[in-house]
Amino acid sequence: MPNKFVGRRMKRTEDPRLIKGLAHYVDDIRLPDTLHIAFLRSMYAHARLGAIDTSEALKMPGVVAIYTGRDLGKKIGPVPCAGALPDLKVPDHRPLASDHVYFVGHPIAAVVATDRYVARDAVDQIMVDYEELPVVVDPEEAAQGGALVHEKFGDNIAYKLTAGEGDIEAALASAGKVIKQKVINQRLAPIAMEPRGVLARYLPGEEELTIWSSTQIPHLMRTQVALMIGIPENKLRVITPEVGGGFGSKLNVYGEEALLGWISMQLGKPVKWIETRRENIQATIHGRGQVGYIEVGCQTDGTITGLRYNVFADLGAYHQLLTPAIPTLTGLMLSGCYKIPAIQINVTGVFTNKMATDAYRGAGRPEATYVVERAVDLVAAELGMDVVEVRRKNFPQPNEFPFKTATGLFYDSGNYQAALDKALENAGYANLREEQKKAREEGRIMGIGVSTYVEICALGPSQAMPAGGWESATVRIEPTGKVTILTGASPHGQGQETSFAQIAADELGCDIADVTVIHGDTSIVQYGIGTFGSRATAVGGTAVYIAIEKLKEKANKIAAHLLKADVSKVVWGENGFSLEPEPAKAAASAGGVPEPDLPAGQAPAAALPEPEIDGKKSLSLQDIALAAHLAKDLPPDMEPGLSATYFFEPKNFTFPFGTHIAVVEIDRETGEIEFKRYVAVDDCGKVINPLLVDGQVQGGIVQSIGQALYEEVVYDEQGQLITGTLMDYAVPRAKMIPWLELDRTETPTDVNPMGVKGVGEAGTIGATPAIVNAIVDALSPFGVRHIDMPVRPENVWKIVNAVTSDK
Amino acid sequence: MKKAIGINVNGTTRQTEVEPRMLLVHYLRDVLGLTGTHVGCETSLCGACTVLLDGQAVKSCTIFAVQADGAEVTTIEGLAANGDLHAMQEGFWERHGLQCGYCTPGMIIAATQILERNSNPSQEEIRHGLEGNLCRCTGYQHIVEAVEYAAKKQ
Repeated sequence: MPNKFVGRRMKRTEDPRLIKGLAHYVDDIRLPDTLHIAFLRSMYAHARLGAIDTSEALKMPGVVAIYTGRDLGKKIGPVPCAGALPDLKVPDHRPLASDHVYFVGHPIAAVVATDRYVARDAVDQIMVDYEELPVVVDPEEAAQGGALVHEKFGDNIAYKLTAGEGDIEAALASAGKVIKQKVINQRLAPIAMEPRGVLARYLPGEEELTIWSSTQIPHLMRTQVALMIGIPENKLRVITPEVGGGFGSKLNVYGEEALLGWISMQLGKPVKWIETRRENIQATIHGRGQVGYIEVGCQTDGTITGLRYNVFADLGAYHQLLTPAIPTLTGLMLSGCYKIPAIQINVTGVFTNKMATDAYRGAGRPEATYVVERAVDLVAAELGMDVVEVRRKNFPQPNEFPFKTATGLFYDSGNYQAALDKALENAGYANLREEQKKAREEGRIMGIGVSTYVEICALGPSQAMPAGGWESATVRIEPTGKVTILTGASPHGQGQETSFAQIAADELGCDIADVTVIHGDTSIVQYGIGTFGSRATAVGGTAVYIAIEKLKEKANKIAAHLLKADVSKVVWGENGFSLEPEPAKAAASAGGVPEPDLPAGQAPAAALPEPEIDGKKSLSLQDIALAAHLAKDLPPDMEPGLSATYFFEPKNFTFPFGTHIAVVEIDRETGEIEFKRYVAVDDCGKVINPLLVDGQVQGGIVQSIGQALYEEVVYDEQGQLITGTLMDYAVPRAKMIPWLELDRTETPTDVNPMGVKGVGEAGTIGATPAIVNAIVDALSPFGVRHIDMPVRPENVWKIVNAVTSDK
Repeated sequence: MKKAIGINVNGTTRQTEVEPRMLLVHYLRDVLGLTGTHVGCETSLCGACTVLLDGQAVKSCTIFAVQADGAEVTTIEGLAANGDLHAMQEGFWERHGLQCGYCTPGMIIAATQILERNSNPSQEEIRHGLEGNLCRCTGYQHIVEAVEYAAKKQ
């Protein structure tokens, strides 16, 4: 049966409430008698706390209570870290500091007041004695004996880890050339447009706590918070209403989430905290933060023989949920899309007096891709080869998949040549090189950058994940024939309400308007893992797909029973379940495939079907759903109802890939970098909704442009956060972005039955090196082989105008 | 000391007493319950709080409610007339101009202002007109297309 919905550019069913301003994010939920919380946060990067005097603040009208870390003691369990590495040092991380503060923004006290303005006022009236302590900010300095972040550990090294296969020493020793380069993946702030927010309400009678939180992982958060505050997990309900973006920053369990739950239990009233943007940049996780050293060995024909990456990972002062694990993803992806026989990563994870780093869109893989793609360009530059030629030389061939890397992975499927060829064609690569030659003759500074990337997605098999790599779905057909889907993959902008409904409508043969997708409420939805790691469609969507298969198996049996036929004689087709052979379809084809972009919610309400079976040769799923609920005539021993739940455990990751090409021109007078073209060909396997895939890729590329050119979380040597607001932290604006020319190839995976791979992070992984490679290419006549991010016009200007950089 | 103000919001004038320091965005959200207008940065940089104040797009997080006394304010909730979507809302829906939706109300309001000043803007002009509004999800391309859709439709 041809798909009516899957594969089409369908506009989203979730949009009407969002474009009308009628959706509900956490701060839009208003409960009577809600108290408001504001935090006093450390203004120092490292200090011993002396007296904390809250007496003046408590006298202010409207102030209800103030809690400090000393009040809490160990009443709330530590903020969890799921990255279990051998010999990992784990500092005791509580929601509020008691004796020491370790970074600017470290929460010290929570003020509870009747009004959010009063709560903020009262924060200023709390007197804290700080005894300043030495600070360490630079990760290399921290590793090599700088000031101690946590004195009790004796050094700042949280862990060391070596991974990779092949004899790297021999590979580098026997290589024709070994090229070395230091590279920096600067700290970034995820900046979801909706900051974090928590609303907690404890009902003392029912002994039930509900926490509304802007999170990507409602179920995992429920489990952890229940453990932290000691409430039975089945008495804690977590609801993620509309979530205004996450990018990994809400793939976490934060102290504030547990603390608000606990305070609500103390006061018996709802309490709300909405993070300010300043708090968001201070105390919501950062991403990246790697300083590393590349050694790449190659033969003189461009064959890469070995790659070593020694990296200092700037973890910050504490571990959040996945902090130490992020660099391990970098290690896994160091083969890129190349056959490299020997690979080694040596990670030194270090504490610094800064906010924790953790998963930011891409989470370790953009760092790896940047390292590999810069390394390939360094090889090309060293050998005087074209960057495309070096890439081709080291690609595995399409018939070599599943392809085993020296990092221990099996890439599921790929055709790297095809994506590269398409991108080169779309960009007109040969012409661009001609144009560049001319430009150089005219004294213009033009560069072309290529990145051929592969990413690890659809996280993942449970073996490789700290808290389960599966995802769940329940599919239910209600007595009226409407379809309800419960997914554990709670979205925050990805559009699962549409894409999952597309899958369901096709598989169930119903209209998409008859499908409702419910998510983000732990009391309604079966346990799930969440939306991150480009996994929602490939893992969560597959759970929907297989749950429907299960449901149809049962429906098939009911159909056979009602049609008084053997199960083997009943087939599924356009008319539902029919006796074989399926009766010719006359009327149904008249309308044909529905027009694109069906407005959701405008289908006529289906009349309640009568369970009239006699004489029928086919039964729709709706007929069967009603019969299953009336349960007057079901096969012997069959459960009434028509629903199925499936927990899908993938057997491997998926490995989407692609080629990005950036073309830039540099202004000699100002050092400014202008995009002339941006061409991307991405392969994320089978596509459910091309419109949504384009949106994911575009958004990701623009975050990459942010990393390449604009964004950096800057702390000064005292650990003061210099980029503490959006005035100083440069998120890309519309004017900074070129038109993005997107295209796709489609190489399905066999990891899941739909062949989908995932696309949420492709842009942030593939684009950054393409942009930096383009800039380096532009500057190569000036002897430049590498330049660090963010590439600021002043640095470029200095190179172009031959001023010695102060770096 | 509270101050009495009267603001016409989405066609209805409301008389309220507010603290002089109350921000317009909190007046709209907390007093009137119009939560479609969002707060994203408190420093007038992200534009999530954009509303029309006497026809001008302004950042309601850096205006006091008392400054809007006697003025007309249009929020995202007031944009659809008689239940029909505004062409700009339609454009955002048709062209997938939103993902998480948090910047969207402010973005749509700001975009209507672009077309008011220039009914047929180039892509360059649209991008320039959106400089006061941040979106972290879409990469802006679909937003540019949404504004072009609305321009054609109007």
